[in-house]
Amino acid sequence: MFSSFMINAWLSGTIIALLVGAVGFFVVLRGSAFAAHAIPNGAFAGAAGANLIGVNPLLGLVSFALVAAFGIGASSKWAKSDVAAALALVTMLALGAAFLASSTNYEPAINALLFGEILGVSSSEILPVILLAVLCGLGLTFLFRPLLYSSVSDELSRASGLNTTVIEVLFLIIMALSSALAVPVVGALLTFSLMIGPPAAARLLSSRPSRALWYSMMFSLLTLWVSIASSYVFNLPIGFFVGTLSAVTYLAVRTWVVVSARRVAVTIA
Amino acid sequence: MTSEMSSTVGSSLLDVRGVDVSISGRVILHDVNFSIDAGEFTGLIGSNGAGKTTLLRVILGLQATSGGTITLHGHELTRANRSVGYVPQKVLFDPDMPVRVRDFVAMGVDGHRYGLARRSKSIYDTVEEMLDAVEADAFANRRVGALSGGEQQRVLMAHALVSRPDLLLLDEPLANLDPRSAFDIVRLLHTIATRQHVAILMSAHDMNPLLPVMDRVIYVANAKVASGTTEEVVRPEVLSALYGHHVDVVHVHGRVLVVGGDDDEVDERYVPDHPALVVE
Amino acid sequence: MHWLIEPGLFANGSVRTALELGAMVSLVSAIVGVFTVLRSQSFAGHALTDVAMAGGAGASLASVAPLAGFLGGGIIGAGAMDAIGVQRVKDRDIATGVVLGAATGLSALFLYLVASSSATSGSTQLVLFGSVFTVDTSTLPYVAILSALVLLSLYLIRRPLLYSSLSAELAGARGVRLRLVGSTFMVMLAIAVGLSSIVIGSILSTALLIGPAASSLKVSRSIVQASWLAVVFGVAATWLGIVFAYDSFYWVPSRRGLPVSFFVVMVVVVEFVVVNLVRTLFSKRVTLSNVSTLPSCSAGGA
Repeated sequence: MFSSFMINAWLSGTIIALLVGAVGFFVVLRGSAFAAHAIPNGAFAGAAGANLIGVNPLLGLVSFALVAAFGIGASSKWAKSDVAAALALVTMLALGAAFLASSTNYEPAINALLFGEILGVSSSEILPVILLAVLCGLGLTFLFRPLLYSSVSDELSRASGLNTTVIEVLFLIIMALSSALAVPVVGALLTFSLMIGPPAAARLLSSRPSRALWYSMMFSLLTLWVSIASSYVFNLPIGFFVGTLSAVTYLAVRTWVVVSARRVAVTIA
Repeated sequence: MTSEMSSTVGSSLLDVRGVDVSISGRVILHDVNFSIDAGEFTGLIGSNGAGKTTLLRVILGLQATSGGTITLHGHELTRANRSVGYVPQKVLFDPDMPVRVRDFVAMGVDGHRYGLARRSKSIYDTVEEMLDAVEADAFANRRVGALSGGEQQRVLMAHALVSRPDLLLLDEPLANLDPRSAFDIVRLLHTIATRQHVAILMSAHDMNPLLPVMDRVIYVANAKVASGTTEEVVRPEVLSALYGHHVDVVHVHGRVLVVGGDDDEVDERYVPDHPALVVE
Repeated sequence: MHWLIEPGLFANGSVRTALELGAMVSLVSAIVGVFTVLRSQSFAGHALTDVAMAGGAGASLASVAPLAGFLGGGIIGAGAMDAIGVQRVKDRDIATGVVLGAATGLSALFLYLVASSSATSGSTQLVLFGSVFTVDTSTLPYVAILSALVLLSLYLIRRPLLYSSLSAELAGARGVRLRLVGSTFMVMLAIAVGLSSIVIGSILSTALLIGPAASSLKVSRSIVQASWLAVVFGVAATWLGIVFAYDSFYWVPSRRGLPVSFFVVMVVVVEFVVVNLVRTLFSKRVTLSNVSTLPSCSAGGA
């Protein structure tokens, strides 16, 4: 499984897992589970659209993911976010489905975009993917303290002078970019699992922010590595492994934590 | 119009002049005047909805005014002045959040800074010092979302004090406490205020726990404010003028009770010429 | 009108079946949806569709009728969510999302196995986006019976359901069996999701569940009014969706046509946007949608 054509899978998988693990740490902290559902669907619609008009899929992925992200940011003031958001999520799926239905390679494309494809990132795309991922990584590094502060207490962070709107916008952009990068490999419907599961498990294991972040990234990386390997070995879709592994990891950690409840009162890390 | 007594403008830390605040067309505060000197312990007293929180938010720069000026150290107040610390009434923390008490307190120093500077040892020392000052050492490594109400309050105080402000604002810190705990918190605040030379401005709807330590009281009612020492402000004539109807001040065993009267009209005895107030 | 009613629309047997099926399914979804939105359980409704999808995919694999799969999956999902139980909202959402992410993973597995084992293609399309034109007419009686069952059950528990939806605390104090009512509703929700998955596919069935309901609640002042209006919105969206999908074969020269579910979702969204615009422009009266901002129900499931 380490032959030359799989190099791209491992490379892109590693980068994506690390990024999604880091972003996911903040997503769980901020409680943006909903956005993590909706933005990848936007990316899906974008990829389908790009496929239809024959444009570079990365372009479609990124642009629609950004639109979805800003839409969510804006609509949170708006209507009952619950409903408007769920509708937006579903609309993007429907759009993507329509785009794909109008194109020729419907079935394989649908499966790949929704459920993932280990060879989802081709050699020509690997460089832009790495660059974007590094960009997001730098952004997160730069934003780490203010992002953490505003996620912990919006009120206090504003009192200290932070413009939380700016931080929210920057974070949505990073979420959009990382979703766009993850969708071709992990699949639109499973990006949520990777973005939420490992970080939710990780934060139960440490009460120190930087350590919990590190664990998030490691759990995510491990999940994706095992998924890629299993997908290759058993010749089954990667989405299956990502979904089940994320759930299993989370449940296992959660159970372990509950069982050894007394030790959790004091930090383990 | 309200006036305030006993202040020497030159030395004041915080100076509030003629401030008006309206929210959605409703006048919350009108022509507020008072000043606070360095190291003073001031109680902001008023019933719920009187405008205490609004006033605090104005000083923090989180609420816009529609008139008047506020100066801190003689300079115009900007948003997020580092010499003003803030302790909100309650913060909702997610119990699973991977942030320890000491991490949260440290955010009071550099949580708002961009970039990846490493935390210097002096920051950790300051955090340790503040945790000690508020008697929170015992749970310093616990998740900040796993604290009781009283513990959380002390952590919030440490978080506000760690940037060494000159003025500490507290929003109803005694609201849900039993009298014993309220006494403890007031004692703690007074100790900190004296040791670190921090001016304290805390809001409360009952001034009694503060009577032993208050240097100054700012009484809010009816969108107006009266400020001065307790003796000067907490009198029937001053408070009646403030409320716009008759009010009695009752002293029982060293405690003060402000009691509303039967008639809605201003008692003629207490009208206009009292030097404390000029009533419109 | 010729462009709307393309040649042979009503003569076509599968279209008539589709219209009948669509009407029944959207009616049930609309009414169940009104309560779902009222109880702020849109997320739960959405989560159930993931499990329904796995069920549908599994059914395809086992060569069993898709309806059985959707229903089975939905009910298992309802049970799982009941088991995960009532915790802090954020916690529960994370737990639900992650666990049901596994269901999505299972769907991926099943669909792949189906595609590689059988000669018939298009099961992905069927499970994900519905098969209203190709559904077997023998399914109709089952759909009819289940729809009637759901409506009857809802009617029977309508008072305690409404009461507990508005305030679980008050209702509990008055003796409403919160757990029973809550669990019953979850099962109804699962069945509604299962039914609508045939018409519109599982991942889009959320639209038919909460779209018409949300639109109607914005402009209604009673549950009855909201239910009627939601039904109108829902059936209209489904029928228009079917008609447009049929017509779309003629619009594009390549004769490929767009899926029904796409058009249904579009109509639902247009309805929602228009209703919101109309309301913003016209009145500020309190309607039932304001009520939905009360704390979400706590008993018997997410």
